[in-house]
Amino acid sequence: MNWVWFHRLSSPKWFYRISGYLLPWVAVAATVLFGYGLYVGFYDSPPDYQQGESVRIMYLHVPAAMMSMAIYVGMAIAAAVGFIWRIRLAHMVAIAIAPIGAVMTTVALLSGSFWGRPTWGTWWEWDARLTSELILLFLYLGFMAIHAAFEDRESGDRAAAVLAIVGVVNIPIIHYSVYWWNSLHQKATITRMGKPLLDEDMKVALYSMIAAVFLYCVWVGLLRIRAEILDRDRSRRWVQETIGGQSDDS
Amino acid sequence: MLMRLLRRELLRHWRTRQDLLNPLIFFLIVVSLFPLAVTPEGKLLQQMGPGVIFVAALLSTMLSLESMYRDDYVDGTLELLLQQSGRPLLVVSVKILAHWLMTAIPLVALSPVLGVMMHLQPDTIVALMVSLLLATPTLSLLGSVGMGLTVGLRQSGVLLSLLVLPLYIPVLIFGTSAVMAAAMGMTYSGQLALLGSMFFAAASLVPMASLAAIRVSIR
Repeated sequence: MNWVWFHRLSSPKWFYRISGYLLPWVAVAATVLFGYGLYVGFYDSPPDYQQGESVRIMYLHVPAAMMSMAIYVGMAIAAAVGFIWRIRLAHMVAIAIAPIGAVMTTVALLSGSFWGRPTWGTWWEWDARLTSELILLFLYLGFMAIHAAFEDRESGDRAAAVLAIVGVVNIPIIHYSVYWWNSLHQKATITRMGKPLLDEDMKVALYSMIAAVFLYCVWVGLLRIRAEILDRDRSRRWVQETIGGQSDDS
Repeated sequence: MLMRLLRRELLRHWRTRQDLLNPLIFFLIVVSLFPLAVTPEGKLLQQMGPGVIFVAALLSTMLSLESMYRDDYVDGTLELLLQQSGRPLLVVSVKILAHWLMTAIPLVALSPVLGVMMHLQPDTIVALMVSLLLATPTLSLLGSVGMGLTVGLRQSGVLLSLLVLPLYIPVLIFGTSAVMAAAMGMTYSGQLALLGSMFFAAASLVPMASLAAIRVSIR
């Protein structure tokens, strides 16, 4: 087995180059899918027979919620790779995507709140899913806070990585304990809509929005990782050549 | 080796006993603020008492975490212990154990007093003590990771709470639900079993994470 590609991929310089080629494609694909998904979602799909127009919040809410969890796992994997094999790039990835995950979590919480108001009649319910999403936000904030607390960036990387790993082991425990707590405590139950069979147009809109939000996260993620690479490697020659060359041209 | 380390830790805690006393006083004060702020009425206190006592126990454990690594880190003892003993995992585990013995046992011992102040029934107080006894080792373990991460930082108080409290949530949920179940006259062995399993899971994994966390600040 040849691991050269892997080692090459883990070099910031190489990643910077490849991601530069990828970036426009991702950006275009994300924009097109956003346009299409939003169009279908807002104009070309039927309102829900129970929830009416407010069901359209789903097209943002569900993708954001999915990304909020996916990014945490991705971040923890990147942090673990960086911690175990001491790969600088992996730490940079983890640090760069954490704020995106936090934003996605916030979007999911806020859009869920706006969705809950017309359908459940309340801005906030201590429902199991809402609560575990809120705790996920705390975990993101803790991750960013511990990284920011260290003056030495490398120590901050390692500290944040330990926290991310502990957090990702804890997430299932937190998740299930919150579910259990809720089923014990809840007296006034809001009957959640059981998994409704989605209309075809709704499906199209939802899936293209999921793809769009995913690609958007990749897009912003690549931008942030590239910025992180430049910032950390700014005294290295290849960065000065890359940046210097660009500023001469313009 | 184990006994000598443990003896040293306990002695060290004993010699700085004010650091152990302050979180206990904090525990007492926080709990007694709630009747003042919300209501002194017995029925409501019974309902919220277990939760209030558990939250206060969480906060007080968190405040006492400083005493686990801080002093030894500052004067270099921790570094020497980790390097010279040849068994760093044992050092960390003993530190966590000593922390639990010196902070949680007094806290559990104090809890019935607070239970009475919250108008809890005798059965409920027993449940409270048992679930605190099972919950606090997990708190010490999880807290040691947060403390290990922040030991090299000058200001760690608020950051520590941001790191540790989200991890404490499962313990809080099952701890309080055990006491609530007892208050309603139901069996609560299921919750206790879950608390116990959380302790065993934490005891087998957390010392490694805690060691890795300290190693961030001690190369």
